[in-house]
Amino acid sequence: MSLLSYFFGSKQKTASVAKERLSLIIAHERGTNRTPDFLPDLQRELIAVISKYVNVGPDDIKVQLEKQDNCEILEVNITLPEQPQK
Amino acid sequence: MARVIVVTSGKGGVGKTTTSASISTGLALRGFKTAVIDFDVGLRNLDLIMGCERRVVYDLINVVNGEANLNQALIKDKHCDNLFILPASQTRDKDALTEEGVEKVLKDLEHLGFDYILCDSPAGIERGAVMALTFADEAIVVSNPEVSSVRDSDRILGILQSKSRRAIEGREPVKEHLLVTRYSPKRVEDGEMLSYKDVQELLRIPLIGVIPESDDVLQASNQGTPAIHLKDSDVATAYLDVVARFLDEDRPLRFVAYEKPGLLKRLFGGK
Ligand SMILES: Nc1ncnc2c1ncn2[C@@H]1O[C@H](COP(=O)(O)OP(=O)(O)O)[C@@H](O)[C@H]1O
Ligand SMILES: [Mg+2]
Repeated sequence: MSLLSYFFGSKQKTASVAKERLSLIIAHERGTNRTPDFLPDLQRELIAVISKYVNVGPDDIKVQLEKQDNCEILEVNITLPEQPQK
Repeated sequence: MARVIVVTSGKGGVGKTTTSASISTGLALRGFKTAVIDFDVGLRNLDLIMGCERRVVYDLINVVNGEANLNQALIKDKHCDNLFILPASQTRDKDALTEEGVEKVLKDLEHLGFDYILCDSPAGIERGAVMALTFADEAIVVSNPEVSSVRDSDRILGILQSKSRRAIEGREPVKEHLLVTRYSPKRVEDGEMLSYKDVQELLRIPLIGVIPESDDVLQASNQGTPAIHLKDSDVATAYLDVVARFLDEDRPLRFVAYEKPGLLKRLFGGK
């Protein structure tokens, strides 16, 4: 560090930015890369059960596992068809 | 039973080979019969770092293909009697590594009475890197305090947890250790570099040590002497501590706090 920059120090504190960005991207990639094998089966069976009662197709149910801090969140998203006009 | 340890990282140039050379030397200095295998097929370097490049005759691929036996291919280290190097092939490519071939080499090393087998992984997440970690009992994940290195370490952890034999067979998982290397306490203090605590918080595996950034590493590699041999240097001390912790001894972390230089040094610069 030169004399000038020592007295008029103008270094940016970028480490905290790095940490913030990493924690977001790592959480995201863990969610997508470490999907356990049972998810496709779970999705198939859910479709089978739900379609007994409502008319849903395979694309209307999304199953996702997300990791946040120390807990895992299983997210099931079901899009119900619009009510048929009577 | 031989313990298989992979030194891995995903990213290249973070210090895997430097670490493999020093830790295998450290284990041998503790009296364990140790082998260190270069898995970087096509880009062999461990031989240079260990200083045995002129004694390479046969390599890992020759052994895998049955063109040479282990005793012919293993090179005895010039410093330690109980340390042996198995170099990578310089001319073939990574597809020459087969799972069966690697498994047989590891089994044969075990029959020869080795206590520890270190696998120096190539960069990347392709065949060479996967072969190096497939049979691991423990993993030393080398990470620099820098965004791309940390992200790649997390990726390689995912691969360890899905593609290692231990994971596939549902056995006790590979024991993971985080080693942060090329660490500059001053830059951390200035808020320019991730701290080792940041890295550990992000990767969430136990820390086995922190190796400082040091010019001595280049001096060591110039001479073909693993850095752990550099008497009284910070890097050597840090690596000796890592080996001790690996053997379950308690060692406080060193070289992680920045010590302010005196006023004169600050005014006139220099190191
Ligand atoms: N603690 C350190 N301080 C300074 N330079 C280092 C340190 N560790 C490794 N290096 C340097 O970084 C470069 C890459 O190291 P290497 O061990 O070959 O990495 P990798 O095997 O992961 O590709 C080399 O030039 C080496 O000298
Ligand atoms: Mg290397």
